[in-house]
Amino acid sequence: MIRFLATRLVLLLVGLLIASALIFFTLRVLPGDVAQVIAGTQSTPEQVAAIREQLGLDVPLPVQYLDWVGGILRGDLGSSLITRTPVAEELAEKAAVTVPLALLSLVIALLIAVPFGVLAALRRNTASGTAFAVTAQALAAVPVVWAGMMLVIVFAVWLGWLPPQGFPRSGWDDPAAAIRSLILPALTIGVVEGAVLLRFVRSATLEAIGQDYVRTAAATGLTRRRALITHGLPNVALSVVSVLALQVAGLLVGAVIVEQLFTLPGVGRMLVSDVGNRDLEKVQGAVFLFTAIVLVIGALVDVLARVLDPRQRETT
Amino acid sequence: MTTPAPAPRDSSGNPSTQQQPDSTRADPPRTDSTRHASTRHASTRPGTAGPDNPRAGFARPRAHRPRWFVAFLRHPSALFGTAVVLLLLLSAGLSFIWTPYDPQRANPYDQWLSPSFTHLLGTDNIGRDIFSVLLVGARVTVGVALGSAVVAAIVGIALAALGALTARWVREGVAVLVDVLIAFPTLLIAMMLASAFGGSLLVVVLAVGFSFGVNIGRVSRPELRRVRRADFVLAGRAAGRGPVRNLTTHLLPNVAPVFIVQLSWAMAVAILAEAGLSYLGYGAPSGTPSWGRMLAELQSYIGIHPWSVLWPGLAITLTVLAFNLLGDAIRDVTDPRLTRAPVVTA
Repeated sequence: MIRFLATRLVLLLVGLLIASALIFFTLRVLPGDVAQVIAGTQSTPEQVAAIREQLGLDVPLPVQYLDWVGGILRGDLGSSLITRTPVAEELAEKAAVTVPLALLSLVIALLIAVPFGVLAALRRNTASGTAFAVTAQALAAVPVVWAGMMLVIVFAVWLGWLPPQGFPRSGWDDPAAAIRSLILPALTIGVVEGAVLLRFVRSATLEAIGQDYVRTAAATGLTRRRALITHGLPNVALSVVSVLALQVAGLLVGAVIVEQLFTLPGVGRMLVSDVGNRDLEKVQGAVFLFTAIVLVIGALVDVLARVLDPRQRETT
Repeated sequence: MTTPAPAPRDSSGNPSTQQQPDSTRADPPRTDSTRHASTRHASTRPGTAGPDNPRAGFARPRAHRPRWFVAFLRHPSALFGTAVVLLLLLSAGLSFIWTPYDPQRANPYDQWLSPSFTHLLGTDNIGRDIFSVLLVGARVTVGVALGSAVVAAIVGIALAALGALTARWVREGVAVLVDVLIAFPTLLIAMMLASAFGGSLLVVVLAVGFSFGVNIGRVSRPELRRVRRADFVLAGRAAGRGPVRNLTTHLLPNVAPVFIVQLSWAMAVAILAEAGLSYLGYGAPSGTPSWGRMLAELQSYIGIHPWSVLWPGLAITLTVLAFNLLGDAIRDVTDPRLTRAPVVTA
């Protein structure tokens, strides 16, 4: 187990290193001269050179990269090219909106996907089971933006239960208002992601139903449903956990769009405006943060799967 | 069974099989005739698919149409998917010849007309006919979907071939790289590219194509590894085919179903990504009608004119649903083993 943890940790670190290199060189090499980008098309060569020197862009790229990675290790993601505020500080501030939003969405997605996915599989030959499957298929095809708009129309415009957009200025000092303004955004991501996950839960459950060990358990006297719950569902849980990292990636992407739609001051909205401003240092920091989260969760999921699944332990 | 002596087998006693009762291939008694014994003779290993499969001796006369095609026609998802995709292509094609109104011209006297026979789906905030804009917007959808699929196919084939057929250290390296790349969501890649180049439809195509290509590479790598040692590949190599030619003539056709299914899903993701990115302002440029842009432009008015935003959203949902179902149907028909729905998000 310790050996497994060690190899997985090394793999994670290698992954983070590759990801950081990919992000850095994509953002620094592809656009040509960052200083030129900041200075704009109307600038003189002297202005560009001044900006380059000021931002430390005149040192060779590999040195800049090592500087950046060294900074990350110390918790320093550089500072905004435009406002000069530290990127890490801004990210931490915006995360106070994005993290609760993502967690709430994940809970909603799981609450939708797991019970209804299993139910859809159990009732696969009946009208209600087919209805679940068809609804999930349709909802999984809905663009997040549009799902959000529809929810706003129903719950904010027509029913007036929830605010259509915005986040209280006082932030989390007023928890009730903050949560109220997060419900619709979280529901938007949760419903769409939940539908995607539901299809996965359903097919994993269908697969479990067909397994020999479930049939054998039923043959020993358990009811088919009981056999599936005690012997089949643990395996469904495993495959659901194994796609959790991809799910989180989906949630983060959903957060970018939903924060824009609901004008929430989170990391996603910051990223959108930074891309518009070509604030490469901040884009770099935010994209690395998102990717790192997905990679770390992927590693945690691998470890978790090994703890949960005795078969994986026996193989080494 | 690698070197069976022909003489004892052809005699009635069939001693060679009796001497190896625990041989991996259990000979069914019904094939026990001299004719089939001689065809089986050629087989090199048990269970290999191909003409020397024991069951092949009983091959029925070939049907005129391949069986998967008939199954595809009977699959409800396939019918729906095909119908919607055809409708999409038709709309995009039609928009080049005819639209009810000029989709670009603002008409201040016709703002927010309700759906009627003159304006099928009503008009928008500057008096454009929504139906006409939808028709023209289908072009962007078709273009983005096809472009992304092409890029995804190139990236996917390259990664799968590098990850399955090369020397061990290259293979393992590619596998680690793919595992890292899969952590980059499509939208983030697109936004990185947009911050470097500015937003455009090309950025959408490249981002979706790249990220889904990684996905395809990951999914089809085990498939390629499975067929890599098949007899027909060996035969191809023995016949003097180089690695690239062997890949195109023997390996790729055998994993083609997996590819086609994945490409169908890639198009669905591409359409969702175009909607998301155009909404954020990094997709279709202003002046290019697209369904994503329509959502962005109508967003400010959803409080007063909620119905207008229904149409582009429905169009996107139906098209994405169609490509998803088409992928599912092809998968069901060609490969019943793959029962898992994919976890893909834009």
